[in-house]
Amino acid sequence: MTFWLLLTVNSITFGGLLFLVAAGFSLIFGLLRIPNLTHGSLFMLGAYFGATFVGGLLGIMFNFWVAALLAALMVAVLGALIERFLLRQLPGNQLAQVLVTLGISFIAADFCLMVWGGDPISVAPPSALSGFIRAGAFAFPTYRLAVIVIAVVVAIALWLLLDRTRLGAMIRAGVDDPDMARVVGIRVSRLFTIVFALGAGLAAFAGVIGGPILTVYPGIDQYMLPLALVVVILGGSGSLLGSMVGSLVIGFIYNFGQALLPELAYFVLFLPMLLVLLLRPQGLFGRFVP
Amino acid sequence: MSGRVFFYAVLLVALITVPYWISGDYYVNVTSQMLFYGIFALGLNIIAGYAGLVSLGHAGLFGIVAYAAAYSLQAGFGHVGAILIALLLGLLSMAIYAVLSLRATGIGFIMITLALGQIIWGLAYRWISITNGDNGINVHTRPHPFGLSVDSPAGFYYMTLVVFLVCFAAVAIFVRSPLGAALMGTRDQPRRMNALGYHVWAIRFWACMFSGLLTAVAGVLFVYYTQFISPQTLDLTASAEVLLMVISGGAGTLIGPVVGSALVVVVKSVVSGYIERWNTLLGAIFVAIVILMPEGLVPGTARLWRLGLRKFGAAAKPAVSEAKP
Repeated sequence: MTFWLLLTVNSITFGGLLFLVAAGFSLIFGLLRIPNLTHGSLFMLGAYFGATFVGGLLGIMFNFWVAALLAALMVAVLGALIERFLLRQLPGNQLAQVLVTLGISFIAADFCLMVWGGDPISVAPPSALSGFIRAGAFAFPTYRLAVIVIAVVVAIALWLLLDRTRLGAMIRAGVDDPDMARVVGIRVSRLFTIVFALGAGLAAFAGVIGGPILTVYPGIDQYMLPLALVVVILGGSGSLLGSMVGSLVIGFIYNFGQALLPELAYFVLFLPMLLVLLLRPQGLFGRFVP
Repeated sequence: MSGRVFFYAVLLVALITVPYWISGDYYVNVTSQMLFYGIFALGLNIIAGYAGLVSLGHAGLFGIVAYAAAYSLQAGFGHVGAILIALLLGLLSMAIYAVLSLRATGIGFIMITLALGQIIWGLAYRWISITNGDNGINVHTRPHPFGLSVDSPAGFYYMTLVVFLVCFAAVAIFVRSPLGAALMGTRDQPRRMNALGYHVWAIRFWACMFSGLLTAVAGVLFVYYTQFISPQTLDLTASAEVLLMVISGGAGTLIGPVVGSALVVVVKSVVSGYIERWNTLLGAIFVAIVILMPEGLVPGTARLWRLGLRKFGAAAKPAVSEAKP
């Protein structure tokens, strides 16, 4: 019983973490119409920055949350620069844009290997959250529960942003029909930069938050990117609800798969993807077939 | 036209005599690598170049074939059996891969193939009882086709060259065939092709299968060449490398992918002797080619060549016309 309950909590935690990565990925996909293959690298950069800040930089030990926000901010700026100075050079050529993001992801991976070396870095969770919460006979790691809370808060904030603000309305218009949005006077190209920076920041934030759970190691970019891809294929691109449901489903399938069929954990992800592609190619909540 | 025939004849003679004018086993081996990666790139070019469907999971298929060959050799099947099993499994995987990824085109196709490729990589990495995980599988023998030994670098080179020439000829015939023309039609005008009564999906599917066959042949040659297979052969970097071969040489041209594979193999073997940062260079070349020379080296050079000829012709003509009267 304890095993199953813990597994469920872990699945939701992982789903929450995945949501932080996939939400930005899905928004970028919805608006720019390209899968941002640097997304795993942005996650990894965030994780390494976070680990460095928390572990102490130039003798200053940063508070965990300050480190998370700082890393997110730095990577958001980096994302905005990538969008402005590289992707913008190739307007309308989506294939070239995808290949450029792929190229950048290799450079980023090599950069991290060069700076932080090949050994995994473990990150300590904030001390207030390092214990366990007991409920009757069960004990849950507090940090994992906290990650769920953070994911819910971010989800609500993103929903408010997209559904209740003027910026959100413009982004939704850009996702639904970029040409029409331009015609009515929305500067879609500026939205591109904003959404790219937002997505990059969220991915980096997820990297810091995920550090204590996953540890930070080279190759974590190629570990997260396919998961985010599968979430978006499952949930549909450009849809917040889709990334939420997709992340939870993948969180459960991946964690249960890892516990029950450890050798095939990655492979079981294939099943939901297969079903969705065969039955509903635009994804569960997608608005268009990519 | 005759210029092209001459070019191919010179290339063929150069390839046949490689072990005589290149000294050192190392360089003969590098040439073998160029050829089997050339076959791989030819295979990817069928769909990425001629069908406009960019696959980022081809290394996964390549790896399935290589693992299948290595595993069945280890399990005691003979060379013929192992090669047949590997090719059949490769084609079967390609069929599944194609059915799934052909649900989409363009960017959707890239995404699905990337996810599939990564899942195959995950399988190779984690399914330790079959693949031996990160330690990989060693292959201790090479086949003896028609009783000839291919254990030496030169012997292996000639076997690879024969297979390469057959594959190259097959691709050349395919591209000129009605199916090849139809495939390029589905790339440029899918809706018109559909309206003309072509079954666009089926054309793409069979192109994928042909691509899968070439990939499988390259995978078998690879596993016999390196005599080792590990998950690294399947990862995203490997898929990106072969895509770089196709794009840098010139997607949708016959010789382009081969030129690209020669370029990538040379850069990789030369550079890895001096610096460790192959991935940074790979990424940088990728970004540079996409931004600066998106059409690839072969069409790019051909364009410059024609431009040069025209300039030369334009400069020569007035002189001729002056001389006439």
